Amino acid sequence: MVKQRLNIGTVLDGFRVDKLMHTGGMAHLWSVTREADGATFLMKTPVVFEGEDPAAIVSFEMEQMIMPRLKGSHVPRHIANGDFAVQPFIVMERLEGETLLPMLKQLPLAVERVAEFGAKIADALQSLHEQGVVHLDVKPSNIMFRPGGEAVLIDYGLAHHQALPDLMQEEFRLPYGTAPYMAPEQVMGIRRDFRSDLFSLGALMYFFATGSRPFGDPLKLKGLKQRLWRDPVPPRKLRPGIPPWFQEIVLRCLEVKAGRRYPTAALLAHDLRNPDQVRLTERAAKMERDGFFAVLKRKGEPQMSLIDVPPVVPALAADAPIVGVAVNLEDMTPTLAEALRRTALRILERSPDARLAVLNVLKLNRIALDQTIDEQGHNKHVQRLVSLKDWARPLNLEQGRITFHVLEAIDPADTILDYARVNNVDHLVMGARANSTMRKLLGSVSGKVAAEAPCSVTVVRNRVAEE
Amino acid sequence: MRIALISDIHANLPALEACLAAAARLDAHRLAFLGDFVGYGPDPDAVVARVRPLVEAGAIAVLGNHDQAVLKPTRDMNPVAAEAIAWTRNQLGAEAKSFLGGLPFEVGSDDMLFVHADASDPAAWHYVTDGETARASLEGSNAQVTFCGHVHVPALYCLSAAGKMVAHAPQQDVPLPLLVQRKWLAVIGSAGQPRDGNPAAAFAIYDTASHSLTYCRAPYDVESVSQRMRFLGLPDSLAERLLKGR
Repeated sequence: MVKQRLNIGTVLDGFRVDKLMHTGGMAHLWSVTREADGATFLMKTPVVFEGEDPAAIVSFEMEQMIMPRLKGSHVPRHIANGDFAVQPFIVMERLEGETLLPMLKQLPLAVERVAEFGAKIADALQSLHEQGVVHLDVKPSNIMFRPGGEAVLIDYGLAHHQALPDLMQEEFRLPYGTAPYMAPEQVMGIRRDFRSDLFSLGALMYFFATGSRPFGDPLKLKGLKQRLWRDPVPPRKLRPGIPPWFQEIVLRCLEVKAGRRYPTAALLAHDLRNPDQVRLTERAAKMERDGFFAVLKRKGEPQMSLIDVPPVVPALAADAPIVGVAVNLEDMTPTLAEALRRTALRILERSPDARLAVLNVLKLNRIALDQTIDEQGHNKHVQRLVSLKDWARPLNLEQGRITFHVLEAIDPADTILDYARVNNVDHLVMGARANSTMRKLLGSVSGKVAAEAPCSVTVVRNRVAEE
Repeated sequence: MRIALISDIHANLPALEACLAAAARLDAHRLAFLGDFVGYGPDPDAVVARVRPLVEAGAIAVLGNHDQAVLKPTRDMNPVAAEAIAWTRNQLGAEAKSFLGGLPFEVGSDDMLFVHADASDPAAWHYVTDGETARASLEGSNAQVTFCGHVHVPALYCLSAAGKMVAHAPQQDVPLPLLVQRKWLAVIGSAGQPRDGNPAAAFAIYDTASHSLTYCRAPYDVESVSQRMRFLGLPDSLAERLLKGR
């Protein structure tokens, strides 16, 4: 490799180097200008020294392979790669603002705020996982936010792409990652489990809500491995104000066996956004760490038996989909309600990890302040919830697999579409309006949803007898 | 420039035609055949007749062990393969035999090497099936990218500057960037007798400008080829495995 010293003013492939922004252990970050149009970007170059750890180079190679393929608002847009024969570099979109790192000075944060961050980061992870990438280095300094609020994951130097050769896997015996956030299976050298990122996010949320790191910041492999058998102090013991639902979510993320964590980032985001519907287990109630003998017993087990080895074909969102069922009981015959239920059941039977979100839109009046208390004095919102639960009762789903949402809105189709977008819904199921005159007058909600939804839509309709 | 890499056609004309048609759709204007044009399949003469004008027009072609066995009897073959070779020998005309007899063991072009089996000893027909054998083959090649066939299962290996080997099971239709600072060995699956569980014809496209390699599949009417093999009296086991791609 030809080593070229970068200086201010150096021009590489049409990019002029303006300023050194940051020097890290593995790379330099420069602010650059594209001479053709004056646009400014960020340029990343690897730190290369004779006889140095080759990890900097290999991780840079990985980043050059992975970044050009990533899409969407949750990653920095890739602009160009520089040839290794001259000067390796990556030019990418320059994001404004800070990472989450300065936030560490303000810890602990309110749980609601941590949940809000957490849900946004989980959205970004979901997008990344759907593209076949495990980030493997989720930590505050690798997270930024766009002005619109979307989380952006930066730095793909440790990432694993499901469809690309993993150069890091073979090159190094020691696991690479960031000690406080690294998942147990990652410590053991497994790089292809999407759920490793959920562990890291759990560690981050734990840290942000309590002010202390769940596993400290060990420097040696021996210290890193302790997380295989030693459970963290329950967050509620550190800060009694933390609600059980939050502890439930965080401790589920921090499960040693990946199979006990959330199956997808989308399901984690969904729980973080719907605290009142989180299914609480003994995790939520836990106030002490596991006892001495339990830990000793785990420590004596073969280490590989403590973790889950992921299947070669990983569980993608399709195996644990979020299924949204829009139920409009006011405009639905019992036969259609039954048909809708059977369709939902069929989908659930095929995907045992699926989660059902039952949706209902409570229409608001466009002009007048809405009357949420009806003539009988019943709160409409509560009434709707009761009837949704009644509709779902024959499905016999345990709590945690099904959630209920009454959304107040003016336009039902837009509201359902928004819900599907925000919550990463994989499949929407809804009934077609029964009365064709009504459909003509009011337009078809299902038609609009089917045309514009970001996911699959099943429209359920009863066969009409011919006249 | 996009090069279509087609290997181990094994006298299967419909599989070859499917690969050629798919390669043309993918804008591959250069062709490289990595050997084993004949053996196993029902159309040895027709495959050679199809390939010969392409090679005369500039396509790369190297010799495979089955091509050699047709010309020069060998003991290094299992009974089923030997039976198919004996059948093939009777089917091939003099012209076809002379074409096969004129093929080189390897062809080098720019920073690429095309060979049927192990590049460190092309005439020995060693199988490249794991990191160890891939390393031996890579050490025998000076090219940045070495393309071979012979094992009938697609695979990709790379050697880092530090001498570390990476083995990768390529997925279909995913362009893989072959970083220029590393040496790569690409095992192209078989067009006419795949053994990775997918009966569709395997081939690959290499883009020399972006250094990206894409493993592809071209489905064709496997059932009719299998029936013809039985009809012509080729070993049943060969007709059977064609259907399963095993």
